[in-house]
Amino acid sequence: MEANGTKGLLLNEPLIFEKSSEGRVGVEPASFDVPRADAAALIPGGLLRDGLDGFPDLSEIDTVRHYTRLSQWNFGLDSGFYPLGSCTMKYNPKVNEDIAGMTGFTRIHPYQSEDLSQGALEVMYELEAYLAEISGMDAVTLQPSAGAHGELCGLLMIAEYFKSKGRPRTKVIIPDTAHGTNPASSHLAGFKVVPVKSEGKGVLTVEAVKAAIDRETAAVMLTNPNTLGLFESHIKEIADLVHSKGGFLYCDGANLNAIMGIMKLGDLGVDVVQFNLHKTFSTPHGGGGPGSGPVGVRLVLEPYLPVPRIKKAGKKFKLVTDRPKSIGRLKAFYGNFSIMVRAYSYIRRMGGEGLKRASETAILNANYIKERLKGTYQLAFDRPCMHECVFSDKLQQADGVSTMDVAKRLIDYGYHPPTVYFPLVVPGAIMVEPTETESLETMDKFIEAMRAIAQEAKTNPELLKNAPANTRVQRVDETRAAREPVLKWTGVKK
Amino acid sequence: MPYIPHTDKDISVILKAIGVSSLDDILGSLPAGLRVKGSLNLPKGLSEQELKSLLKGLSGKNSTVEEYTSFLGAGAYNHYIPSVVASLISRSEFYTSYTPYQPELAQGTLQAIFEYQTLVCQLTAMDVSNASLYDGASATAEAVLMARRITGRHGVVLSSALHPEYRDTVKTYLKGSGDHISEVMYCTEEGRTLPGALEGAINDNTACVVVQHPNFFGSLEDVGELARIIHEKKGLLIVVTNEAVSLGLLKPPGELGADIAVGDNQSFGNPLSYGGPHLGFMATKTEYIRQMPGRLVGQTVDKNGQTAFCLTFATREQHIRRERATSNICTNHGLCALAASIHMVSLGSKGLKTLALLNLSKAEYLKERLSSAGVKPAFTSQTFNEFTVKVEKDPDSLLKSLLKKRIMGGLSLKKFHPVLSSHLLVAATELNSREEIDRFAEELAKA
Repeated sequence: MEANGTKGLLLNEPLIFEKSSEGRVGVEPASFDVPRADAAALIPGGLLRDGLDGFPDLSEIDTVRHYTRLSQWNFGLDSGFYPLGSCTMKYNPKVNEDIAGMTGFTRIHPYQSEDLSQGALEVMYELEAYLAEISGMDAVTLQPSAGAHGELCGLLMIAEYFKSKGRPRTKVIIPDTAHGTNPASSHLAGFKVVPVKSEGKGVLTVEAVKAAIDRETAAVMLTNPNTLGLFESHIKEIADLVHSKGGFLYCDGANLNAIMGIMKLGDLGVDVVQFNLHKTFSTPHGGGGPGSGPVGVRLVLEPYLPVPRIKKAGKKFKLVTDRPKSIGRLKAFYGNFSIMVRAYSYIRRMGGEGLKRASETAILNANYIKERLKGTYQLAFDRPCMHECVFSDKLQQADGVSTMDVAKRLIDYGYHPPTVYFPLVVPGAIMVEPTETESLETMDKFIEAMRAIAQEAKTNPELLKNAPANTRVQRVDETRAAREPVLKWTGVKK
Repeated sequence: MPYIPHTDKDISVILKAIGVSSLDDILGSLPAGLRVKGSLNLPKGLSEQELKSLLKGLSGKNSTVEEYTSFLGAGAYNHYIPSVVASLISRSEFYTSYTPYQPELAQGTLQAIFEYQTLVCQLTAMDVSNASLYDGASATAEAVLMARRITGRHGVVLSSALHPEYRDTVKTYLKGSGDHISEVMYCTEEGRTLPGALEGAINDNTACVVVQHPNFFGSLEDVGELARIIHEKKGLLIVVTNEAVSLGLLKPPGELGADIAVGDNQSFGNPLSYGGPHLGFMATKTEYIRQMPGRLVGQTVDKNGQTAFCLTFATREQHIRRERATSNICTNHGLCALAASIHMVSLGSKGLKTLALLNLSKAEYLKERLSSAGVKPAFTSQTFNEFTVKVEKDPDSLLKSLLKKRIMGGLSLKKFHPVLSSHLLVAATELNSREEIDRFAEELAKA
């Protein structure tokens, strides 16, 4: 008989379909208090379902154990340090979960009367104002569901602006350090992407933009601080240049955690920014969503924001849809409301001073790790960084060890790996973002682990290549997954 | 300061290690004139206790579907969520984890998504499902873009009985690539898309036809016949389902000729939450996998040959091909998908069929009670748990007077379809008791 466990008390667990036994019901629906409808008589023959092949039948306790065991195979932020660059894996406050779970927020229908939804509208209205203040923008929409959704929103507004002036523009300039979603979103919004190089200095120069920009350029899209953790020091000059050509400066706000209360993007000449509430504003990542990607704009783009908008008339909040210049909608209803509630709670808990302290501490933490690991790992750019720092595997290559090996070995030490092989401009990149919520002791232990791994790379590189060894499954064959795709269970139900 | 563990001593250790005397030494390279002077103009920070009490007050300014009897649906359905759902998705190994890029640390999320993909395939009878999308509306827009990529054609035909906010979303998404959108009018008598009308609306440049089933008015569509017509022109059929519980009773899109099945799985495990986050789904045929946007989890092995799961087909995503990526989607609604899976599994095949029948029964009972009160269905088509009625009075003032009786009496369709100026869309689920339905009918009769 196969053993029931691997290491510790990590239990094995089959697919849920393999635990099924025909006829079981976990949580049965309520009983019929109205006459049982005759479905066969009511529903036209061709539209009635025959069966639900394979759909699993489990008892409640088996369902609970199944998902409990699966959860134990996961590493969450509550399990340990998650230094994932550009993802801002900061602590997700428990009180926010409690608040988001209040029935006054969960059990309200998007089409119920505005009079019955004043609390929800007030939270949204105020959150828009807070995000505007933090970023220095004039108006904010909360509708987009994720960062990339926000990018699309911002770019569509820019496109619409030029269309409405009777002079559509075709290009967006994007530096090579950008997140991959930037070019993809630009393409989706109908633009041609013009890539520019950061010229080995890690930041974009005015000259590089000047060489690429023309009257067809709708926007320059950059991230500040950029994905190397460096502040785009020429941003104001770049903004002036873009504006002189009649274009807009879009800032990907993924790295906003570095500058709250320190700099406002609006003061730097930015015209559009998307916020990632699941990064900067502490809402949980949920194993990959739901996130939320509000967008802030300068006044000139305000008429193009998606509908509906929230307006305050006297003491009452209302939804307004009559906005002829708007790009329309990016989804049904108003956005990921329960994520907004969490972000609102976070901002109210922190206050302006707290947010500033968060950014300052995030910068200190990143510089601490940068200083203490440089020399052990090659620094991509040896200068003060903002909230994240980027190393590479250059010093480890001599031992035949790669970034991926270092990342996987970190798992054995009890850490989630940093972001790896991104940004693309740094070969073998290892991008570390500690965030402000990690203590000095946590960082020290991480630094020790990184140093120990660098040592192992010299003395016992096989340890790294075979890592992780302490996990339930070891290195996963991703090539096979793509070559011989198995994308669902195809067995036969018991 | 909340959530920041640093003591003054820690800060000095950090500054010393960096080799600076203050943070300003690090920030020296920032343009000085552009630094924020003073502090942000935000309310002062609150203690946890104060925060909770403030938000309790704000949540209390909303009236819930618990405090009122609600007959609202229209793409957001009020279903009972079993306790196991909140209990399990509250495990922080699930909700505080990141996208599973490092599969060795994320087998729980990955297996759960693989199971979710399987459940969606079973529900829809399609070959392959992605890991989820934002919501039904954006999933519909992504399906339209996908159909264009597959067919190399531009024309998009939307049924006007598709949810109006879904139609609007498609229009917004297509702004960047030239819209070429037309609509096929629903039949004003039957409340559904007539095959004959569709025939006249498509041509050799039609990439896809989008129909919702059950549609926005609650009516069942003749999906099989619509499929036959668009397939004759070699276009694709996209079937949208935003009341996923209906799939417990209705023949799935895959058996009716759908090429892409999309919609919203909010009905499983996800509360109304004022409209979000909900749970977009997308499933298609094997041959179209590489044109499908969104995350996908595949089964593979680890280096010891043990079963393992990981994200796959990443070449469709943005990390590698950037501006040539299939879409800009870089996430899913993972936790919502987990909630939906747990709810579906809790029901099982028998429970889901029963739940669907219970919803049909409640709606049929509501239909009968309303008819007796003189409020008749506006269309002749059969429905699932939602239908359209015609009322004598102005629907908006009628709804207002019902609110005084603590009834959310459905959705006035005037603002979406001006011709339906005296129509209400009403839904009934397992959460509407017989007594509530009786009372609703009585109040309508009185009004």
